[in-house]
Amino acid sequence: MAMSKRKRAEYIRYAQYGLLVVIAALVAFLADWGQIKGAFFNTEIAASMFPSVITVALKNTIIYTALGFAFGLALGLVLALMKLSSVAPYRWIATVYIEFFRGVPALLVFIGIYYGVPIAFQMQFPPLTTVMLALGGVGAAYMAETIRAGIQAVPKGQVEAARSLGMSQGRAMITIVIPQAFRIILPPLTNELILLTKDSSLIYILGLFREQYELTKFGRETLSRSPSLTPILIAGLCYLIITLPLGYLSRYLERRGTSGKKKVSA
Amino acid sequence: MSDVAVEITGLKKSFGPLEVLKNIDLTVQRGDVVCIIGPSGSGKSTLLRCVNVLEEPNGGKIVVNGVELTDPDVDIDSARTKIGMVFQGFNLFSHLNVLANLTVAQRKVLKRSEEEAKKVALHNLERVGLSEKAHSMPAQLSGGQQQRVAIARALSMDPEVMLFDEPTSALDPELVGDVLGVMRQLADEGMTMLVVTHEMQFAREVADKVIFMDGGYIVEEGPAAEVIGNPQEPRTQEFLARVLDPTHHGPSDPV
Repeated sequence: MAMSKRKRAEYIRYAQYGLLVVIAALVAFLADWGQIKGAFFNTEIAASMFPSVITVALKNTIIYTALGFAFGLALGLVLALMKLSSVAPYRWIATVYIEFFRGVPALLVFIGIYYGVPIAFQMQFPPLTTVMLALGGVGAAYMAETIRAGIQAVPKGQVEAARSLGMSQGRAMITIVIPQAFRIILPPLTNELILLTKDSSLIYILGLFREQYELTKFGRETLSRSPSLTPILIAGLCYLIITLPLGYLSRYLERRGTSGKKKVSA
Repeated sequence: MSDVAVEITGLKKSFGPLEVLKNIDLTVQRGDVVCIIGPSGSGKSTLLRCVNVLEEPNGGKIVVNGVELTDPDVDIDSARTKIGMVFQGFNLFSHLNVLANLTVAQRKVLKRSEEEAKKVALHNLERVGLSEKAHSMPAQLSGGQQQRVAIARALSMDPEVMLFDEPTSALDPELVGDVLGVMRQLADEGMTMLVVTHEMQFAREVADKVIFMDGGYIVEEGPAAEVIGNPQEPRTQEFLARVLDPTHHGPSDPV
């Protein structure tokens, strides 16, 4: 008599648990805990990073990300509207932009703007402008598609109602459609913000002063002066200080968005 | 201003190869209530949506409140402020509360002051019996309440003509009466109304004129008592028999 289906599923689950335990034991046995402690948990080095890891590095990461996100959101909205435009050349330009900047690594965009622009235009952007253009330029490509999807997700009846009240196409877009679209896309936009937070580390290719360091650059710089990987761990934890709340925010907005009972003053 | 509110001549509308309106002539006198009835797919909603050019006609002429809407140079946005529309699906602006739904177009389109817009909005909310819902969000209202808010929103623009596109079709049966009551009151106040509806009782009691449409044509038109009470055309008779006494008919056969 063969095993019942339920019994078999139970045994397979036990086997999976067992395998996990074996892997964990192997890792624990093979790892050199003393080395790991020295490499990642050097409290002296960790302590030496404070307070500037917060007051300089974390602060700069937030500033760079905010600038990039703000520029990216504005450009992304323009691109989304271009993509939905009835004017064909606008659609082509937007499509080419989005496909290009979504397709190349953000690092190349940083390099292009930092080294390419001075050669091509005989001008040099300050780091803050560079990071805003590069981060925002890449973010815009992703956000444009998100915003376009959000605009298209607003029911057609909303535009018809607005037009029937005498609003022009543009007025209906600004007053009725875009506010509703952003409500729909808040969760994915929060994810974009998380991605941009991490991409802001690419600023390391720019020649920066100490007070301009963000988390990754700060961590690497500390690393070069210390025989321990602790700075990387600290920098990593600092990223989590930003991204974990954003992740919670995103999930919260998603839940709130589906409940449909939002109190908003107008 | 002339006594004619809406004048449609030779109206044609196609969606791709599908001819929805084939040659429509229709005149609505100021102050009249005209009900458009007919089977689904007969083109009645499309006809209504052509009156404020939510659907662009393929031919013919539409004049509303003395403005030719089929003129390519017409300021359609300005013309639409005088033509209120109420939709089957309410279409309240879901991100704005009731009061803001009623004031947003007054402010942005008519450029009324906030104070005046609010005054007009509250007056119209009172007309539809929903003063206490001014600060509710649309999602917190029942379908019947939403539709009455939608009527108040259209009225807040001080329209000269009101279009109703199956205003009660999406409502639970027990909520239909509230909306029809508001519409009847509007009719009594002398509003010019064009109503696409399946509510035969309403059409019979309120309409000055009833139009029966089928297959993109106006098949029969006349006073409510005649078109509904004593239809002359076989297609009208067949349709009314189905609508008024649905349980005594088998599955529809092509007529």
